[in-house]
Amino acid sequence: MNEIVGAFVSLAGSLFFLLSAVGLLRMPDAFNRMQAGTKATTLGSILFLLGIGIMKPDWLGRMVILIVFIVLTNPVSSNALARAAHAHRKRIGARLEPDALAAEDGGKEAGHAG
Amino acid sequence: MAEIVFAAAAGLAVLGLLLSAVRFARGPWAIDRTVALDVMTIIATSLIVAFAVFSGRRIYVDVGMVYGLVGFAGVVAIARYLEGGL
Repeated sequence: MNEIVGAFVSLAGSLFFLLSAVGLLRMPDAFNRMQAGTKATTLGSILFLLGIGIMKPDWLGRMVILIVFIVLTNPVSSNALARAAHAHRKRIGARLEPDALAAEDGGKEAGHAG
Repeated sequence: MAEIVFAAAAGLAVLGLLLSAVRFARGPWAIDRTVALDVMTIIATSLIVAFAVFSGRRIYVDVGMVYGLVGFAGVVAIARYLEGGL
């Protein structure tokens, strides 16, 4: 019973992986790709690893450690990627109508090639 | 039954890895490639843990943990470089 429940939870998680990859392919610019790519993989890996933890209850501690690690690190890398994309916003052709970060920085752009 | 469903889950994750590899190859700017690298790192971490389930050896869970740590550090380093702060 444990095994089949865990396998279906893992299947739901990998469905989120597939959806995030499809969003990565179909979204128009880097900010939208980031939106599809980072949130959906966070939820997908939580479900995938939780499903493995349900399948094998003696591995549950390590899975919880991995889930906490991913939940802590994935927003950090997403934030760094968003700042990098914002530094190249003219070149990548993103439309940013209310741009609070540019007003804060004084509107500077990164100089080297992207 | 549980083995078949879990194998299907791993297969879907591999398909997601391949689709984000397409974005990694095609992405017009370095930012898009870095986003694709981030997604591929997370999916690969989960797939290494799934490989630990398939092979039945617990040591691969630790391998996945270390791979996630190194991949996170790599993505943040590349993003900081592209921002111009490194």
